[in-house]
Amino acid sequence: MTDKQRDILKNRIAVFFAWVAALAFFFPIFWMVLTGFKTENQAIAIPPLLFFEPTLENYTEIQSRMNYTHFAMNSIITSFGGTLLALLIAIPSAYSMAFNTGRWTKDILMWMLSTKMLPAVGVLMPIYLICQKFGLLDSRTALVVIYAMMNLPIVMLILFNYFREIPKEILEASRMDGTSTLNEIRQVVMPLAWGGIASTALLSIILCWNEAFWSIVLTTTEASTLTAFVASFQAPEGLFWAKVSAVSTLACAPIVVFGWLAQKQLVQGLTFGAVK
Amino acid sequence: MNATLTRWLQAPSIILLFIWMIVPLSLTVYFSTIRYNLLYPERTGFIGLDNYRFFWTDPAFMPALLNTLVLVGSVLFITVILGLTIAVLIDRPFRGRSIARVMLISPFFIMPTVSALVWKNMLMDPNNGLFAALANALGGTPIEWLQDFPLLSIIIMVSWQWTPFAILIFMTSLQSQDQEQKEAATLDGAGFWAQFRNLTLPHLARPIAIVILIQMIFHLAIFAEIFVTTSGGPGVQSTNLTYLIYIQSQQAFDVGVASAGGVFAIILANIVAIFLIRAIGKTLTV
Repeated sequence: MTDKQRDILKNRIAVFFAWVAALAFFFPIFWMVLTGFKTENQAIAIPPLLFFEPTLENYTEIQSRMNYTHFAMNSIITSFGGTLLALLIAIPSAYSMAFNTGRWTKDILMWMLSTKMLPAVGVLMPIYLICQKFGLLDSRTALVVIYAMMNLPIVMLILFNYFREIPKEILEASRMDGTSTLNEIRQVVMPLAWGGIASTALLSIILCWNEAFWSIVLTTTEASTLTAFVASFQAPEGLFWAKVSAVSTLACAPIVVFGWLAQKQLVQGLTFGAVK
Repeated sequence: MNATLTRWLQAPSIILLFIWMIVPLSLTVYFSTIRYNLLYPERTGFIGLDNYRFFWTDPAFMPALLNTLVLVGSVLFITVILGLTIAVLIDRPFRGRSIARVMLISPFFIMPTVSALVWKNMLMDPNNGLFAALANALGGTPIEWLQDFPLLSIIIMVSWQWTPFAILIFMTSLQSQDQEQKEAATLDGAGFWAQFRNLTLPHLARPIAIVILIQMIFHLAIFAEIFVTTSGGPGVQSTNLTYLIYIQSQQAFDVGVASAGGVFAIILANIVAIFLIRAIGKTLTV
């Protein structure tokens, strides 16, 4: 065997194991999706069924019997609301930090990131009691505010990095033409930053959507998001596997797609900008 | 943009984050020094470090601390080793690579409560689960995963979710590796291991450190997986610090003790955070 042939063989083996890993990691998701199309009896059949006649009854029943839309709406409102609020606060700040970088800018950003590292459980009691005092337990408002503040540091950092990539020369040129700050933002910066803002929003939505500490602790039914709704299925043994799978599939599908789209921002956001 | 405008633009984010940090933080510290139980509102007053003493001497404290360390340590070990291996395996051109990539990172986007339920019910259930069926088919006895190996079960679930994170980070970093350097090394007759040790590993040193630190922060706070699957049991076999504090607050209603535990959790996370912040500071160019 020549060296070249050996290299090709090695490469093939590596690719083979890459696929083994990919299939293994994806399998639980595949199995969940599959179970969502089984009847409850098929779902707990022994031995487990790989081939069966698929049914859509779970998907119709989770709506009529479990009010899926209510929880989905809560997830949508809290994650989009939290993201929007975070963006509204972050865009002006990140913009001014990026274009008027001062002595303290780096320290401020680092401090912001450090607040993200506070464990939620460390401030569980104060947040819980504050919500209780203001009648915000089991309310979407509380979650929107918490999610916004939770993601603000990451949103700030990513936006800051995006704004910095906009060449200063473009701004200077428009300033020479006498453009006002407002117009400068509207006509020059925004078109350039739009992609960055959109992908930052995507990342923030993913993080809010999958958040499972505050939603479980602070909500009971009214404001429960999908994470908390799914958690409520922990108790019954062997029941509703098919329906839970259908709920889970619906709850995860959009976010998995978002995740694929936002991979790059995810790397940057989750490593606090340390890996790009 | 003048200085006043700059200040006005930056003020909201700074002030709001400051409030978000300082108010809960000082309340936690304050609560941890007073007698405060929601079930006994008449008992009040400053009690110094008694809540801390109570938290530390709780028979569940040492097991919970140990579980936390075992959980974080094992998940780190598994995710970094597996993540590195898979990232290197997939770092070559082949047909369907982007599909394999997507399949590999998908578990990271599944909400924690869903993945916990999928593992608990459909895979690990000793009667109807897939693992049990496999064990039966191979002539063995099904393992009662959550009953007999609760902490290991949690470790497996969390590793499944977080190995994709490590893969994603390492994969991204590998793409920026100097290919010419690698080709030169190949021409010089350096084998795979020599290249991996001398080129790839040094290149990945920083990402590995970052992955370890970030995962530590997140894994110290693992909650949903335990809440949904074992509820910390049997006994306290799968209770970590986060879950212990949750129990103190939501089941014993002891604000004081839960806050003392909270302060402890904050200190623990901060030890990690100091290193993480330092590492991030090096990359943040201002």
